Amino acid sequence: MPQSIAALVSILFDGLAYAMVLFIISVGLSITMGLMGFVNLAHGAFAMAGGYLVVSLTRSWGIGFVPSLALAFVAVGAVSVLFERTLYARLYKAGELDQVLLTIGLAFMAIAAYTYFYGPSPQTVSLPSFLTGQIDIGVRTVPTYRAFIILVGAVLIAMLWYGFERTNIGAKIRAAVDNRRMAQSVGIDVDRLFTLTFALGSGLAALGGGLAIQTFGLTPSFAVLYLVFFLIIVSVGGLGSLKGTLVASILLGVFDIGGKYLYAEAGGFFIYALTVLILLIKPAGLYGRE
Amino acid sequence: MAVSDAAPAPGAVSASASAPRARALEFMGRRHRFHLAEALPWILMIAVYFLFPDRVTFGTQVLIAIMFTLSLDLILGYAGIVTLGHAAFFGIGAYTVALLSARLHWGEPISALVAGALIAALAGFISGWFLLRYRGLTLLMLTLATAILVQELGNYRSDITGGYDGVPGMEIWPLLGLFENDLFGRTYYIYVAVLLLLIFYVIRRIVYSPFGQALTGIRENVRRMHAIGSPVHRRLVASYTLAAAIAGAAGALFAQSTAYATLGVFDFDNSAKVMVMLILGGAGRLYGAFVGAPIYMILEDNLAKLSPAFWQFGIGLLLVLTVLFARRGLLGIAEDASRYFKRKP
Repeated sequence: MPQSIAALVSILFDGLAYAMVLFIISVGLSITMGLMGFVNLAHGAFAMAGGYLVVSLTRSWGIGFVPSLALAFVAVGAVSVLFERTLYARLYKAGELDQVLLTIGLAFMAIAAYTYFYGPSPQTVSLPSFLTGQIDIGVRTVPTYRAFIILVGAVLIAMLWYGFERTNIGAKIRAAVDNRRMAQSVGIDVDRLFTLTFALGSGLAALGGGLAIQTFGLTPSFAVLYLVFFLIIVSVGGLGSLKGTLVASILLGVFDIGGKYLYAEAGGFFIYALTVLILLIKPAGLYGRE
Repeated sequence: MAVSDAAPAPGAVSASASAPRARALEFMGRRHRFHLAEALPWILMIAVYFLFPDRVTFGTQVLIAIMFTLSLDLILGYAGIVTLGHAAFFGIGAYTVALLSARLHWGEPISALVAGALIAALAGFISGWFLLRYRGLTLLMLTLATAILVQELGNYRSDITGGYDGVPGMEIWPLLGLFENDLFGRTYYIYVAVLLLLIFYVIRRIVYSPFGQALTGIRENVRRMHAIGSPVHRRLVASYTLAAAIAGAAGALFAQSTAYATLGVFDFDNSAKVMVMLILGGAGRLYGAFVGAPIYMILEDNLAKLSPAFWQFGIGLLLVLTVLFARRGLLGIAEDASRYFKRKP
């Protein structure tokens, strides 16, 4: 009996750590999609850029892992504004096909560029000593790095929740997600707001990409490989919903780890079946607005 | 175009009532009629057969890509259904042929092709019935997830499908019991070309029929189509089923001509690739597939060997530029250019 409990704790813990990375990467996508309805298939590319930046910073510049994560957040967030202003902004009023094509194109270019500079093999990053090894959480020992990811995730959730629910700018974002035209009518500059959330979302994706190096593995195909997961989380959770993104991330993380642990041969089958089922019943996602 | 020059004569009331109708009929007839330029792709196809006898195997793959792209054109270009999972039907067609041959020891090509198209059509009908009630991001996600679902199912039962290593032991019998596929693949080139002609004819008829007009109407303004009482869902499902059947046929031909199929055919890359081919040539026009697919395939064949990274970068750049500057594809550019030069003199 204790063995099965230990297995359950493992699944929940690993699933939660996995879910936190998925959440950190997906949350920006969810909010930008909710705000502008923009289908951004290049979001995974920003996460990948963050991962590679962390690899380069730690390896060639000798900067520590944690400061590198912060730098990746800032740098990718700033660069993403450039893309948003020059390319994305031109297609806000276009149909989703145009947006899909533009962003697939960007993702392809990113994959090619990173393959050219870093090669196709997986990259690793050396973790500081306080993040390696095991830590005892009472029931059993767990990898410290996973505990660190869960901690970072929890802190970010608290910050995002506060920013979203308790600050003026968060109220503006919520208003614009609910009804963009009405928000514009009362004088909210939705375009400015969007640029801001886009930068924040891309920065968070980069941070998540940095955290994902050790858990997902970082190759140039990262940009597309996990994109399906991010999109599933966003659409199952409901566009622009913080809570929905969190719930969907945890569902997907725990189910995926659990599925692989218990029924390895069925692979991701259950995940996709569940996704299709949820979307058929609730097309706007669990917490989305109909 | 003929609105101003056909103002009705003052006295002729009855004539003026039927004049618009006649004009409309004439307009439709003119569009529907066979143009001489339409023979061009087919002449090129015959020319390739004789001019590049050693490249006919590659030519066969190009023809299959055209067929696949054509099927996407029907739903994406005409009906406006944005799907990220069209490779599912291509894969179902390919796997029907592969499993019939490897597991049931039935390698007769034409019946296997028909079976592949029918099973893909069935899959298109069932999935379309459920999915086509949705639009936008939800539809994108549902088509994407459905394609992966099929792929995962194949991976789950890799004892039957052979998983990502491919179906082992495929054996395709000679065509019509007479024509063995020779080393240079000439038999299959002709076989695929004839089928492409047949399918193209069907699609051309459909596109110019009232049904095809209704599809275009749904693409342009779905609310208005609902308002005028068009059975939107039924028409979407019908076009989706047909496109699935054609994609299935393309997949079946792919499996037969290469005598191989792996779960890789279901990849998102494959769905994206066919979309790129269509957009490159021009979506929502009959000959977009005939321009986009060959150009893509020839570029890929030449550049991917040199450097896969450059090739992928190029495709990405091409997509971005197409979306920003040439929304109607290469054929759209050609059209604009010819109009520009016609106006000059």
